[in-house]
Amino acid sequence: MISKEAEPSGGRIWGYAAALAALVMVAILAMWIPEVQGGGQVHLTWNWAPSLGISLGFLVDGLSLIFALLITGIGALIFLYATGYMGDHPQFGRFILFLFAFMLSMLGLVLARDLITLFVFWELTSVTSYLLIGFDHQNPQARRNALQAMLVTAAGGLALLAGFVLMGTAAGSYDLAQILAGPGLQDSGLYGGILVLVLLGAFTKSAQFPFHFWLPNAMAAPTPVSAYLHSATMVKAGVYLLARLHPVLGGTGAWAATLTAAGLVTAVMASVLALRQTDLKTALAYTTLMALGTITLFLAGGSPYALTAAISFLVVHSLYKAALFMVVGAIDHGTGTRDVVLLGGLGHAMPLTALAAALAGASMAGLPPMIGWIGKELLYAGSATLAPSALVTLGVLVANALMFAVAGIVALRPFWGAPGDPPHAPHEACWQMLAGPLVLGGLGLIFGLGAGLLQPMIGAAVTGSLGQPRAAGLHLWAGVNLPLLLSAATFALGVVLYLRRQSLRGSIAALLERLPRFDPGWDRFLDHFRAFCTWQARLIQNGRLTHYLAASFAILALSLGLTLILRRPVLLPGLAAPLPVWVIAGFVTAGAILALNPHSRISNIAGIGTVGIGVALIFIYFGAPDVATTQLMVETLSAVLFGIAMLRLPGIVERRTKSQQWRHAALAGAVGLCMTLIVLAVTSHPLDRHITLYFEESSYLLAHGLNIVNVILVDFRAFDTFGELTVVLLASIGAYAVLKRRSARVRR
Amino acid sequence: MNSLILTTGARLLIALFLVFSLYVLLRGHNAPGGGFIGGLIAACGLAIHAFASGVAEARRALRVDPRTIGVLGLVCALISGLMALPLGAAPFAGIWAEVAGYAISSVLLFDIGVYLAVVGGILTLIFALEETL
Repeated sequence: MISKEAEPSGGRIWGYAAALAALVMVAILAMWIPEVQGGGQVHLTWNWAPSLGISLGFLVDGLSLIFALLITGIGALIFLYATGYMGDHPQFGRFILFLFAFMLSMLGLVLARDLITLFVFWELTSVTSYLLIGFDHQNPQARRNALQAMLVTAAGGLALLAGFVLMGTAAGSYDLAQILAGPGLQDSGLYGGILVLVLLGAFTKSAQFPFHFWLPNAMAAPTPVSAYLHSATMVKAGVYLLARLHPVLGGTGAWAATLTAAGLVTAVMASVLALRQTDLKTALAYTTLMALGTITLFLAGGSPYALTAAISFLVVHSLYKAALFMVVGAIDHGTGTRDVVLLGGLGHAMPLTALAAALAGASMAGLPPMIGWIGKELLYAGSATLAPSALVTLGVLVANALMFAVAGIVALRPFWGAPGDPPHAPHEACWQMLAGPLVLGGLGLIFGLGAGLLQPMIGAAVTGSLGQPRAAGLHLWAGVNLPLLLSAATFALGVVLYLRRQSLRGSIAALLERLPRFDPGWDRFLDHFRAFCTWQARLIQNGRLTHYLAASFAILALSLGLTLILRRPVLLPGLAAPLPVWVIAGFVTAGAILALNPHSRISNIAGIGTVGIGVALIFIYFGAPDVATTQLMVETLSAVLFGIAMLRLPGIVERRTKSQQWRHAALAGAVGLCMTLIVLAVTSHPLDRHITLYFEESSYLLAHGLNIVNVILVDFRAFDTFGELTVVLLASIGAYAVLKRRSARVRR
Repeated sequence: MNSLILTTGARLLIALFLVFSLYVLLRGHNAPGGGFIGGLIAACGLAIHAFASGVAEARRALRVDPRTIGVLGLVCALISGLMALPLGAAPFAGIWAEVAGYAISSVLLFDIGVYLAVVGGILTLIFALEETL
């Protein structure tokens, strides 16, 4: 065992390398900004599986470029942050590998131009997310939560695949660019199925009610992962999909009703639950749910205001939430706790972290002049266009006020007031950990003051990708209007909620006691599922050869019998045969009767061998020496193998009951009868010789061989033979492994 | 199995079996025979050896583990199949050439691969059964 100090910490270099690589990607993507803002699209296509109509295509437009820039930009800062946060971890290199793989999958997802490509990247993000949540693999809770996230999102992914196949059928193409350029699928007969399946995929990924429970559990991941996957990027994949497909699926009553209901319930419920948490990271996890719900809610609409609000809020949220997660990680790192009750007055010891927290927190609270303020104003402006507007506006108001209070708890409370009681004396974070939150918090301020900076990009997404005639304007000051009044109400309500948070926590907890909880239900569901799997495995895979054989033969008899009944072939039993054939037939029958002896294995083997040799004799009689020799050799060898295996077994003891014996006899009789009738039916037809003639003619001309059987084996059908060789070898190596393992066990 | 008759007879028979199996392998393209039958005959011969003198003795006589022989056969077949690719033909198409008046081909290599794979596969099974049961 190597002690932890002796582990090389050379993993840090990979953190820096990954950050640099992500920065290069930002630069490459940034080169497309002017073209995309001008309303253009960039297409990159590689024909992947032309026979299936699937291509590996990438599409860069307003929507995907916003996502791609967020993914790579925040990714670069996260890699840097992770290097400071856990660069000494013995498996840091592996961590960076997972995180980088995730970044590439996510990038592929948002840039994919083909539905199948998109699906593949979608599943890759689920898999990499599983690896990252379960990174602390010695902790059973982390493993369980990773599996939960994986199962929920992968099950949604399967629904999504089915939805994509339906979409491809309805639209006649898997090419996203073609589907988006088409007339839309709202009038297709498959629309209902597509909508349900695609929404299942999107809602599980973006943790919408009732699939929200996995996201707070995913906080078992190291903080850089939470900051990256579970706030800024992966959970936004579902929202991305909703936005991407909005032009072809949106605009119907079902779309609006489902998204409004799921989004509103998620947003309000999550913000209430967020207020209750004292663990900073879990509180942030619930506010992420709130943001995802809000974006889903606004994607329900079809007006420029609602969609501009959705896209803007998405950008706003990614900026401040990633920053706040990093701040919480820095607090955890600097003090050893994330419990807000134990924290206070950290502003002196951690001034730069406090500054970053203040910037990001102000944006989250929606205070001017941050970008969060503009985002919130747009939400209010957009909520008026959604139906039922009064209810939506009220829900958004409550959620925003709660966000305000939670922003106070996360960004204000730990840094001001009386010093708390953390496990160790607080210290400032290193520069790698400060860069991320400061840059992102600063960007919130810059984009707020220069509100026009984001306008062209968001405009390109709203007009280009979402097909709206125009985008709403991003303004710091839009005059005295309804949104302004609602903002004032938000702040007032938020302050009240912040001050009364202690008593509110108690009442929310009391309320939750009475509601059914999701996690125990999930565990029960998994337990039942496992029990079901065990039950069906016991039923089908019961390990008794007799049962397997009986099942195989029953199916054989059934399929042959059904064919006979359905097709009713003409049977012409021609009994005229030369004497030698009759003699051979008698020989075979005698062998079959010998094989039936229930008391002696040697006579079973001899009987089967006799039948085989009789068949070989028939081959010889009809002039097929090749096949006859092979048959003879195979019979000899199988008699040898049977002999070795069976003669060393204990004597035959009959364990079957009388009724089982009768059933087996009936089954054997049925198989024999069906097989006989089928053979008679086949031989009643005149033989089709055109394949034989082809081989007779071409064998020498094309393959330079006179022995047709051999030429077919090694030349015409060489690939088949190669497959058969592989099977023969694998089967015997498999048998070898089973035998050797068994003998090793017996010896022990 | 301790039988003087079998042990003595096996010594004569095994050589006969192996030579005959090669003969069958090589004539296979134009006359009854081929890699599959040849492989079965060779496997029969070696199986007799294993019964007469024991598996340990048969393994020694074989020198190479039968699994290796089988995989070698598979590799031969694969190589002969891939030989066509650099020449622009479809995989597993026969390639023919004439050396010193004899026509040789990738098909022959394929047939040798079949022979080896069959010998290796069957002997793996027979030896394992003999040793463990």
